[in-house]
Amino acid sequence: MNIRAQTSMVFHLDKCIGCHTCSVACKNVWTDRAGAEYMWWNNVETKPGTGFPIGWEDQEKYKGGWERKGGRLTLRSQSKGSAFFNLFYNPNQPGLDEYYEPWTYRYQDLFDSHAGDDQPTAIPISQITGAPMEIKAGPNWDDDLSGSPVYAENDPNLSALSELERQQLFEVERVAMMYVPRICNHCANPSCVAACPSGALYKRGEDGIVLVNQDKCRGWRACVGACPYKKVYYNWKTGKSEKCILCYPRLETNQPPACFHSCVGRIRYLGVLLYDADKVASSMCVKDEHLVESQRDLFVDPHDPAVIQAAKDNGITDAFIAAAQASPVYKYVKVWKLALPLHVEYRTNPMLFYVPPLLPAMGKSDQGVVSTLSQEFFSTIEASRIPLSFLSKLFSAGNTGVVTDVMKKLLAVRLYRRSLSVPEAGADQAGEVLRAAGLTPAVADEIYRMTTMATVYDRFVMPPIQAEETTYAGRDAEACKGCNGFGSHPAPQRGA
Amino acid sequence: MSWIKDILNPEVRQWEDFYRNRWTHDKVVRSTHGVNCTGSCSWNIHVKNGLVSWELQALDYPRFSAEVPPYEPRGCQRGISFSWYLYSPLRVKYPYVRGALWDLWTEARAAFPKDPVAAWGSIVCDPVKREKYHSARGKGGFRRGTWEELAELIAASNLHTIRKHGPDRVVGFSPIPAMSMISYAAGSRFLQLMGGVSLSFYDWYCDLPPASPEVWGEQTDVAESADWYHSKFIAVVGSNPFMTRTPDAHFLVEAKHNGSKLVVFSPDFNQVAKGADQWVPIHAGQDSAFWMAVTHVILREWYVEKKTRAFEDYLRRQTDAPFLVCLEPGENGGHRAGAYLRASQFKATSQVEHAEWKFFIWDEGSDGPLMPAGTVGHRWQKKKGAWNLKWKTEDGVDFVPRLSFLESHDLVESLELPDFTDGESGATVTRRVPVRRVMTERGEVLVTTCFDLMCAQYGVSRGLPGERPVEYAEGGHPYTPAWQEPFTGISASDVIRFAREWARTAEQTGGKCSVIIGAGANHWYHNNLVYRSIITAQMLTGCIGVNGGGLNHYVGQEKLAPVSAWAPLAFGSDWKIPPRLQNAPSYHYLHSDQWRYDKKFGDVCNVADPEHRMTTGHTVDQQIRAVRNGWLPCYPQFNRPNHQVLAEARAAGHTTEASITQYLIDELKARRLRFAMEDPDNEASFPRVWYIWRGNALLSSAKGHEFFLKHYLGTHTNAIAPEIERSEVKEVNWVEKLPLGKLDLVVDLNFRMDTSALYSDIVLPAATFYEKDDLNSTDLHTFIHPLQKAVTPCWESKSDWEIFRRIAEATEAMAKEFLPDPVPDVLLTPLLHDTPAELAQPAVKDWISGECEAIPGKTMPNIKLVSRDLTQVYRKYISLGEGVRENGLGAHGCLYPVDDLYDAYHEGHPMEKWNGKSYPSLRHDRDVCEYILHFAPETNGELAHRAFEAEGHKTGLDLSHLSRDNRGVRMKFDDLVSQPKRYLTTPYWTGNINGGRTYNAYVLNVEEGIPWRTLSGRQHFYLDHEAYRAYGENLPTHKARIQPEKYGDFDKTRPDSMLLNYLTPHGKWEIHSTYGDTLRMRTLSRGLEPFWMNDKDAAVLAIADNDWVEVHNDNGVVCTRANVSARIPRGICMIYHSPERTLSVPKSPLRGGRRAGGHNSLTRIRLKPLLMIGGYGQFSYGFNYWGPTGVNRETHVTVRKMDKVVF
Repeated sequence: MNIRAQTSMVFHLDKCIGCHTCSVACKNVWTDRAGAEYMWWNNVETKPGTGFPIGWEDQEKYKGGWERKGGRLTLRSQSKGSAFFNLFYNPNQPGLDEYYEPWTYRYQDLFDSHAGDDQPTAIPISQITGAPMEIKAGPNWDDDLSGSPVYAENDPNLSALSELERQQLFEVERVAMMYVPRICNHCANPSCVAACPSGALYKRGEDGIVLVNQDKCRGWRACVGACPYKKVYYNWKTGKSEKCILCYPRLETNQPPACFHSCVGRIRYLGVLLYDADKVASSMCVKDEHLVESQRDLFVDPHDPAVIQAAKDNGITDAFIAAAQASPVYKYVKVWKLALPLHVEYRTNPMLFYVPPLLPAMGKSDQGVVSTLSQEFFSTIEASRIPLSFLSKLFSAGNTGVVTDVMKKLLAVRLYRRSLSVPEAGADQAGEVLRAAGLTPAVADEIYRMTTMATVYDRFVMPPIQAEETTYAGRDAEACKGCNGFGSHPAPQRGA
Repeated sequence: MSWIKDILNPEVRQWEDFYRNRWTHDKVVRSTHGVNCTGSCSWNIHVKNGLVSWELQALDYPRFSAEVPPYEPRGCQRGISFSWYLYSPLRVKYPYVRGALWDLWTEARAAFPKDPVAAWGSIVCDPVKREKYHSARGKGGFRRGTWEELAELIAASNLHTIRKHGPDRVVGFSPIPAMSMISYAAGSRFLQLMGGVSLSFYDWYCDLPPASPEVWGEQTDVAESADWYHSKFIAVVGSNPFMTRTPDAHFLVEAKHNGSKLVVFSPDFNQVAKGADQWVPIHAGQDSAFWMAVTHVILREWYVEKKTRAFEDYLRRQTDAPFLVCLEPGENGGHRAGAYLRASQFKATSQVEHAEWKFFIWDEGSDGPLMPAGTVGHRWQKKKGAWNLKWKTEDGVDFVPRLSFLESHDLVESLELPDFTDGESGATVTRRVPVRRVMTERGEVLVTTCFDLMCAQYGVSRGLPGERPVEYAEGGHPYTPAWQEPFTGISASDVIRFAREWARTAEQTGGKCSVIIGAGANHWYHNNLVYRSIITAQMLTGCIGVNGGGLNHYVGQEKLAPVSAWAPLAFGSDWKIPPRLQNAPSYHYLHSDQWRYDKKFGDVCNVADPEHRMTTGHTVDQQIRAVRNGWLPCYPQFNRPNHQVLAEARAAGHTTEASITQYLIDELKARRLRFAMEDPDNEASFPRVWYIWRGNALLSSAKGHEFFLKHYLGTHTNAIAPEIERSEVKEVNWVEKLPLGKLDLVVDLNFRMDTSALYSDIVLPAATFYEKDDLNSTDLHTFIHPLQKAVTPCWESKSDWEIFRRIAEATEAMAKEFLPDPVPDVLLTPLLHDTPAELAQPAVKDWISGECEAIPGKTMPNIKLVSRDLTQVYRKYISLGEGVRENGLGAHGCLYPVDDLYDAYHEGHPMEKWNGKSYPSLRHDRDVCEYILHFAPETNGELAHRAFEAEGHKTGLDLSHLSRDNRGVRMKFDDLVSQPKRYLTTPYWTGNINGGRTYNAYVLNVEEGIPWRTLSGRQHFYLDHEAYRAYGENLPTHKARIQPEKYGDFDKTRPDSMLLNYLTPHGKWEIHSTYGDTLRMRTLSRGLEPFWMNDKDAAVLAIADNDWVEVHNDNGVVCTRANVSARIPRGICMIYHSPERTLSVPKSPLRGGRRAGGHNSLTRIRLKPLLMIGGYGQFSYGFNYWGPTGVNRETHVTVRKMDKVVF
C-alpha cells in the first residue's frame, strides 16, 4: 500500500444552474491579463454541445489521454518514436478556431466621437491585434443550446443514441440540456505530466494538485495536446503553459478555490481522498465498462488503521488524515457511489467527480397538444429527457448500469424525504424504493443533508497547509516570517 | 508510468510564489450592487495596491434556522463582473456635456454675463437653437466640463423652468430604490424639495402585478427564497429563477431533494425547465386558461364531490368567499352578478359610519345576513379596534359565515356570465346559482355568496335544478380541462393530474404549495387575469399566508425594508409638503405621445359590456377621466403654470385657500383651465427638465424607445408607425402639428456610458457601488446590507447623494439672486390608498358632466396650496426636517412616534444649524444611512414595539408578543458591516420571522387576524366595482389573445414572411442593461445580445445560426445576430432584456442606413383602462401600487437576413 492524499472535488450537476459565476471568479483572480485572455481554467458547458475548445471530447482529433495497448497504457498523443518529432510540430492541438480570438470593444468611441449625423457605437476589436473583427466563436458559444442545430447535434456523446432518440432530442418530446462545469481534473495519472519534455509539470506530493512550473516550462505545449480535457493553455505572452492551480494559495490558507467559493448553486464539494498510488496505472488498464468500479477501488478507507499507518508512513499529516475521514467527496464517490468521473475512458484517473442530473419527464405531442409521458409523481429514470446512454458516455465510459444506480438513489432519497412531510406519500412505498436503490433511511438522510443543508464548512473540508513544514521546510521559519513578501518570485518571462 | 512522481521538495517549488503573490490583498471591504437587482448579495471587495482587483461573495450570513439551507454564498456571474467597470474604458470619469448645447450656452452666457437664468431662457425659448442641440442628441460630440460649470447650467435650467413653467415640469426617474436607497433618495429628495415630480418604476416596468392590489390591497408581498424550501409543490410560471434569481435558485433544487415537486410552465425549454420534474410547454401568455381549468377540477373534486373541511374553513376566515353579492337583472331574462350587499341598504345599518363600505355575510346561527367586523369601513371609522378578522361583529356577537346557499336557498336562479372563449365582447354563458331573498330599504334583493358565484363561473355543476353534469372532456364548456386545450396546447389529462397533485399536497401539508411567477406571465395586457386565475386556485387550497405556500412574484419587485423611515427622507415630506408622485405608464403614454399611435382599446380588450362608458373609446380619454376623477395623478398639473393660475385667482380677488380652490374648480369646470394630460401636446404642458440616475430610462426601461427619441428628445427615430385619426379621440386636445423634442434638458448621472448617457445633454460621473456608502434590502431574503466605499470615487466621480447636494447648493445660491421670493404653488394629489380617501367614490360619477359636485379629495383630486422657497433647497436637503418629529413615522395609516428620538439625536450625531435651529445632519451618505437605521422599526426594536402598539390600537388585537423579544435590538451601520443582520418583524410587512422563521407574505394576516387592506378586509375572489363588472372581470376569467394585426404594429411594415411573437425575458448576462456591456458577460455570450429563434422558423427564412438579421415592425428596428435554437418553440422569438445601443449595433438598411435600435425599439405601450379606476378601497392610487402597467408582450415582429453589415 502506497497511500497518497488527493484534493478532490464533486460537482452535483442536479444543482448546477449554468450561471458561470465560477468561471468569472476564476478569470478575475487568475487569467485577467495579457496572454491569458482566452484561458478559462474554469468553464461551464451546455450538454448536448461541443464545449470549449470546440469538440474537445473528440480524441480521434486531439489524441489526448492514454490508450490501453497490450495491457499497458500509452499516451495517445505520442508514441515513443514520434515524441521527439512532435516537439516541433504538434498537429493535435486546438488552434484559434477551436478556442476563439479574444475581443473587446472600442468603448472609447462613445466618449470621443465627433458630432455627426448618427449615433456612435462601440465596435468589436481583437484583443490581440486591436483591429476590428467579426466575432465567430467564444468560450461559451453554445450556451443553453445556442445554435443547437450546429453545435448540440455534433456532441460526440450522441453516438450512443438511436436514430429516433437523436431526432427527438431537438423536439418537444425530449429537448433538454444540462450543464457541466469543468476545471483541471488533477488526475492521478496525468497525461500532461507524462508528456512534458521539460519535466515542468508535476503533482504536488501533499495534495495532488497538478501544476506547470513556470520556471521550468519551455513552451513545448506537449501538455496541451496530451490533456484530453484541454485544460492546459499556452500563454502567448510569456511563452509558458498555464492551467488551473486549484487555487492552492487559497487552499493553503484554508479557503476554498475561487470557483468553489463563488458557486452560488452550492453544487461543489471539496475534500481529501486517500488512494493507493501503486494501483493508479493498473486501475485504468481494465475494459471501459469496468473503469468506474476499478477507479473506486483506488480509494481507501481513511478510518482503516492499516491505511492510517500507511498514510503516516508516507508523511501524510494528521490533519490530512482527519480531513480525509470527514471528506464529503469520499462519501459521494466511495460510500454512496453517487459521484462519477468525467470521461474516465481517457484513463488519466481524473480526480474530480460528478453527480449526474435528474431531468424532466419526456412528453409526447399529438396534433399540437402536449402530454407528459410519465404518470409517476417524480417521473421515472426511463422517462427522463436525455437518455441514460448519453449520460453514461459522459460519466461511466458507456456503462449505463452505473448511471442507473445513481439515478435510482437520487429519486429514492426524494421519495423518502417526501414521505416524512407529506403523509399521503406513503412511508411503506418509500422504504421499498430505498431498499431497491440499496439505501437505508439513515443513509438517505445523510445524502439529503449533504445535498441540501450543507454549509460551506460541510462542503469544504481541507486542512490549511503547515507552511513551516512544506513551503518553507528546511528553512528558518522565523526568518521566513520576517521576510514574507519581500522576496516575491519574479513573473515568468518568455524564454526564461 | 513510474516516472510520474509527486513532488514534495520545497526547493524546486519556490516558483509557486508566483501565484501566491497574486492572491494577496491589502483589505477586504463589504459592499453590494446597488441597482435594479433583487439579489441583495453581500460581497467582499478585495483592494490591492489601492485598486479594486476582484470581488468574492461574503459567506458569513448568520444561520438563523436549522430547518432551511444556508443563504451562502449569494452572488452571480453578473455581480462578480462588476469590478470590471471601475477602471474600464466604459467608465464615465469626468462630467460631459453635448458640444452643440455647450456652444449655445457659452454664447448665451456671454450675452447675459450676469444672468445665467436668462441665458438658459434665451436658448430654450428659441426654436432654432432648440432644434440645433436637440437634433444633436445621441450623435457624439461630447465635451468635458467641470463640475462647477455644469452645476451652474443645471441650476439655471431648474430656476428658469420653475419661474416660467412651474416646478412640476422638472421630473426625475430612478429605478427601484431598495438596492441603494440613499442614492435613490438623493435625487427624489432634491426634486421634491423644489416641487418636482418623481416617476414611478414598478408599474412602468410592468413588474407590478395589478392582481396583488386587486386581491390583497398590497403592492406585492412575497416569500423570501429560503421559504421555498418549505414548499412541497412548486409551480414556476413565466419565471426563470435558475437564470434570473441566480443566488436563490439553490433553494428550489434543495427543496426538490427534500421531496418537493417542481413543475415549470414555459413556452421555451428554459434554464429552470432543466431542473423541473415536469416541463409544461404552454403557449405563451395563455396561463390563465390552464389555471381556470385547474380550478374547475379543484372546485369539483375538493368542494363538490367531497367536502374539504380545512379548505372551507380557510375560505370562510381568510377570503370574501362568504360575502354576499346582489344579483341584478341580466340581458336575457336571467341575472348578473352585481355589487356587494352593503350596510347602506338596510334601515338598521344605513346610518352607521361609512355604511357604503361595510359588507355582509350570512350567519349560519341566526340564518340571516350579518355585518362582520374588519371591513374597510371599520378600518377608517372613528371608533378604532373593530378592524380585525375575529369571527365577531363590532359589538362582540359571534357568528359563523355560510359559504354557500347550496343547501339552504330560497331560489335557484339563472346567472349570465361573460364568456370570452371566442375572443368576442358581450358573449355570455348561463349557469345556475342558489340565492336568498333579502329585504332592504329599497325592497327585496336577491343575494348569493361569492363562493356560489365562483362555482357558477367555473362551470362546476352541483346538482342544482336546471344543471346538468359536466364532464372534464367537454371542450365547449368553459372552464373544463378539455376547454383549455386549444389555448394552451396542453392536454386535459395533464391539467387534471396537476390539479389533483396540487390540491392533494395542499390538503396534506396545510397549504404548502407555492407558485413562483414573473414577467413571462405579468407582461401581458391581461396580466391581472393570469395572476388572479392562479391566486384563486391557491386560495381555494389554503396556500396563501402559509410558510411554504404563496404566490411568489419575482420581477422588479422591491422591498425597501426600512420604508417608513426612508419615505419621508426620500420625498422631502420631513419638510411638510406632500410629494408629487406620478405613475410613469400614464405619463409616458401621454407625454411621449405613444397614445397618438394607439388604436381604440376595444380592439385588443374584450369586455362584458361593450356599451359601457368605461369600456369604449380611446385609452387616452379614459386616462383623462381617471385624472379628472382623482383616480390617477397628473403632473405637470395644468396646461398653464401653477403660479400663473394662482396669480389669476388672486387677480380675480381670491385670497383664502378655500376661495382660491373654488376658483380652480370653477375654471376646470368651465374648461378654461385644463389638466395637462388633457392637452399634452400644448407646449405649456410639456415636461422640461429630466434627471435620470441609477437607471437607463431612455432605453432599457423605455418601452416605445423610438417614440422617446422622437417626442422627448427631438432627435432621430426609427419609428414609422402612422398616427391615428383625430376623430378616434374625444376628450384630449388634438394638436395637428406637434413640436418634437419636448425636453429642454436631460441630465444623466452614470458610472458607465450607457444608452441613456449617450443621449443625454449632460452626463455626470457617478460613483460605482464600491465607491459610496448606502443601504440595500430585498424581498428575496431578510438581511439588510451596506454598500461601502472600498476606494475613493474614481477620477472625478461622486456619490449620487453628493451630486444632488452640489446641484442643490448651486440652485440655492442662484435662487438667492434670481428667485429670492417663495414661489406660490398648488398641489394636486389623487385619492390615495391606505387613507380615508379610499372611501371616496362608492359609485363612478363625473363632475365634468354634472353627475356630481366637484369636491376636492372626493370626486376630484385633492387641492392644497403650498409655496416653494428655492433659497433653502440646499439647507433642507442636508437637514432632517421637523415634520418627522411632529407627525411620527409609519406607513398605510399606522404611525409610531419618534419625537423623543429626534430630540435626543443631537447627542453623538452631527447637526446642521441654520435660521436659529438645529437639525440632524444629512450632509453625507453615511449620515443618511445612520438616520434610517435609527428611525426604522425594522432596525430599531423599540420602534417595532411602538409600531405594533399602534397596529394593535387600530385592530383591537394584542400584537405585543410580536415585538417583545426584539425591543432592545439596535442596528448601526457598523453592525451591518461586521456581519449581515436580519431585520425585525414589523406591521409594515406581513410576515413573521421571529424565532428563525422564514418570511412569507400574509402570515400575520392569517395567524394574527390582521385584515388585508381591501374592501372586505379579506382576500378577494370577487371585485364588485362597476368597471370590473363592465369589463367582465368581476370574477376570475380567461380572455383569449388577440390577433397580432390588431395591435397596430404592422400598419406600415410588410411582414417578410412570418410574424413572430416578440418576447423580452430577463437575460443571463445582464441585470436589465447593467453588466451586459462588460467584457466578461459579452465574452461569455456571443459578443452581443442575439435574436433567439426556432431552427425550423429560421430554415423557412433561410437564416443560419450567427447570421446578422434585421428585426422590425412599425415601432422600430433591431439589427443583431440570430441564435438558432431548438429550445425555442416555433412562432416566438426572444431578445433577452436588455441590450445597449452602444455596443456593436450596425446600421439598418430598412431605415435608410441609420443606426438600428435596442430591444425596446420594437415595443410600444398599451394601457388597460380598467386599471385606472380609483377612490374605491384597494382600487385607489398608490405610487408603484396601482394604475395601468406598461405591458409589452403583445408585440410581433418580422425578421429577415441582412446581406451587408455596416457599422
